[in-house]
Formats: sequence, structure tokens, C-alpha cells
Amino acid sequence: MILTRRTLLLGASAALAGCDRLGRSDTVREALFSADNFHKWAQRSLMTRDALAQEFRPDQVSPLFRANGTANPNTPAYKALWRGNFADWRLSVTGLVERPLSLSLAQLRALPHREQITRHDCVEGWSAIGKWRGVPLKTLLDGAQLSDRAHYIVFRCADDMGGGRPYYESIDLIDAFHPQTILAFALNDQPLSVANGAPLRLRVERQLGYKQAKYLMGIEAVATLAPIGGGKGGFWEDYAGYDWYAGI
Amino acid sequence: MDSQTANMAGDVKRHRLSTRLWHWLNAALLYTLFTSGLGIFNAHPRLYWGQYGANFDHPWLTLDRFPGWITLPALYNLSMSRHWHLTAAPIFAFALLFYMLWSLANRHISRDLAFRRGDLLPRHVWQDIKDHARLRFPTGQAALRYNVLQKTSYIAVIFGLLPLIILTGLTMSPGMNAAWPWLVELFGGRQSARSIHFITAFALAGFFLVHILMVMLAGPLNEIRSMITGRYKLPQARP
Repeated sequence: MILTRRTLLLGASAALAGCDRLGRSDTVREALFSADNFHKWAQRSLMTRDALAQEFRPDQVSPLFRANGTANPNTPAYKALWRGNFADWRLSVTGLVERPLSLSLAQLRALPHREQITRHDCVEGWSAIGKWRGVPLKTLLDGAQLSDRAHYIVFRCADDMGGGRPYYESIDLIDAFHPQTILAFALNDQPLSVANGAPLRLRVERQLGYKQAKYLMGIEAVATLAPIGGGKGGFWEDYAGYDWYAGI
Repeated sequence: MDSQTANMAGDVKRHRLSTRLWHWLNAALLYTLFTSGLGIFNAHPRLYWGQYGANFDHPWLTLDRFPGWITLPALYNLSMSRHWHLTAAPIFAFALLFYMLWSLANRHISRDLAFRRGDLLPRHVWQDIKDHARLRFPTGQAALRYNVLQKTSYIAVIFGLLPLIILTGLTMSPGMNAAWPWLVELFGGRQSARSIHFITAFALAGFFLVHILMVMLAGPLNEIRSMITGRYKLPQARP
């Protein structure tokens, strides 16, 4: 039996083509997509509920914090808010809560803050370290009196991803009540820039970058994610097949 | 590698079932992991040292995207590459753990892999290197034992490269960073871990190429058969 480099290469490409074809079968896709459940279960089993993401010293901050995704929502509504320095912007807290809220940026800034220097890990592989300041999500959920029926918190964003599909994300209550989960209005001691999500973005530090929803407009407490968007719990989850649990 | 069961045809029982199962499972998984890993790498084909690293920072390595014939899927699809990679990775990690425990229990490690007295004498190692360079492979009973270069490479892979690639892979996970903060400290940062993960993947690819070369030189049919059925035909001494 003579194995030439060529036959090896052909064999390798044939195997890859086989995998590609497998990757289009529904059963295989279902199996591949369900690995996310295993990772969520394994990671949650290995960490305490409030295990903290690593925090860094000020001298470890990235010289320039890379912005990714939407650089500017550029919708007429967003532009109007931006022109008014977000004085007319309101964050709504709705859904399964006893007391729906509508908060201005000034009101959010008046609430107790948390500051954290954390690492932002993009699904693409790069990392940037920045200092975030914001209001713990728990403060708002407690203020709005979250109902027992709520299982997820959905974040509605101002950026339209095309075809009238706005960006959105969601997390469960374990991450929603985590001490490092904040609604950040400042990065590196400056008000959040438009590229980084002005006026407010989510920080959920034990997960990847696409969970850190920018341009927040509303927070909604829900029992199930199925009726929202494409039903997978987030824009990239719906349209690109990204994992909903982005701890890995 | 049991030598006591040689039959009339000169066949001997060579590889244990555990070794054979793990070998072929690994072949499939490492292939999937390598090709899907290159697909993931293509999303940001730059490598850094330290805690952070993005486009404005200084990379130690910048590459073009790997071509479609070596990535899974062939067409760039970060989501599918990640699904393949993150499905195969835990199976691969637990298989290694079970294989290590199993091999400890059935004494594969102590009997076949551990160095014996004299193995590491410079004279012996030098002789082995010379034999390899001349493609003079052991025959008869000597072919039943791993030689010192084989032992060294198998030990380096099983106890070095494979655990290293699993741990650096886990270090890239923000969830695992919260669960096991010592991981990111051990490797000096997430971007360092990503770089080490990449280097280790290519070290394993290098092992794979040498491994295939050795199998082909030593007699591919006999070697492959022994890894499937466990039976091996003892090479006869040259006249």
C-alpha cells in the first residue's frame, strides 16, 4: 500500500467534506448545538453562583479598547437621542415585574455604582481590558420587584441589524443577579462612546462579547425566550447559530 | 504489548483494546479539533502574549486565513467551527482522563511507557537516534518494546501536549476563568493561553506527521492492522 502525500491530502479533504455534509444534517446539528448545555452545566457545577470574573489593576488596561459589532446605530431615533446628549433617553424595565420603571441617564448615575476592571473576550478570539462603571442590574430588578415567574432578562437595543431586526440579548437570573453584572455608562472614566454602546451597555463578565448588549433601550423580564425574536435568546443566536450560553 | 501469545504465523498480541479504542477515537477527535480550531483561528488570525490583545495591540504572529481545505467547515463559519470544536473537546478531554486511569490500572504505563533502567543512558539514546536515522527498525522480540525515542514522544504527547492543549483551551473560556482562576494565572493571561494552545496544536500536528511517516516506513499494513485487531506480525531479522 503506497500512501502518497496526494492521497493523504485527498483523504483529508474528503473527510472534511464528509464532516461538512454531516454538519448540515439536522440530527448532527442538534447534537453539536446541544454541547452548549453540557458546557453550561459543567461550568455552573464547577463555580459558585457568585464566582467573580478576574479583575485587573489600572496599569493592565488595554491602551485602546476595541469596539466591535455596530459602530453607530445611525437610526433617526438614535441620532436624535445622541444630538440631545441622551437627555431624552429612557431605560424601560418592563415585563414580569410589579413596578415597571422608566429611568433617565441622570437617575441611573445617581444610583450606587460599581467599578470593575475586567477583560472583554470576543468570540473571535481577541481580548481587551477596560474599566467599567455602572449600576448593578440587581439594583434595578429589586427596584422593579421582579416576579417569581420571571426566568430570563431580555435586553432590547437601539441598533437595527438590518431588515428591522434589532439587536437583543438575554441572560438567566443567575447571571442577572451576579455582583459583576452591571449596566455600564462609563468606560475608562469617560462616558460610553457611541462605538462602545452609548449611553448604556450590559456587562455580564463571565460570558463572551456578544452577550454585552450595547445601546440599551429596555430591559424585559420574561418566563421564556421562545416568543422573542427568533426564539434563541439573542440576535446572533437567532441568525448565526451562536451559543446562548457564552461562557466558553 | 504482550509477547507471550505468539502463534505459528509469528503473530503476536500487541495493542490492548483500550489503546486501540483510544487511538482511533483520538484520530477522529484530533482531526475534528484541529480543522475546526483553524476555522476559529481564522476569525482573528493574530496571536498575542499576555492578558489582552486585539487589533491595536502588538501581535507576535499574524497569519493569513487558513485555506478551506484544512478548515471545518470549509467555508468560513465561526459558529459552526465552534460547535464542532466545543462538542469534540470535552469528549477528547474525558477520553484522555479515562485512558490515563485505565492505563495506570492495567499497568500499560508502568510496563510499556515508563523508562527502564538503562533506557536513558546517553549511549543507549544515541544508539537509538542512529538506528532511527538509518531507518533500522527493531526486529524480533525487540520490536515488541517501545524504544526510547518512542517512549519519549508518547510520554511527551500523553502527559505533556494533550493536557496542555486541554488546559489552555479551558483558559480561553470566561466562565472557566471565574470557576478556576488559577488557570489564567498558570499561563500568564488569556492571550498567552491562546498562543500556547495554537503552538501546541501545531506540535501535535508535527507529531502526527512523524507518526504517519514512521508507520509507513515500518510497514503500514502490519502497523495499521495491529492498531485495529491488536495482532502484529513480528518483523524478522534481516539476513
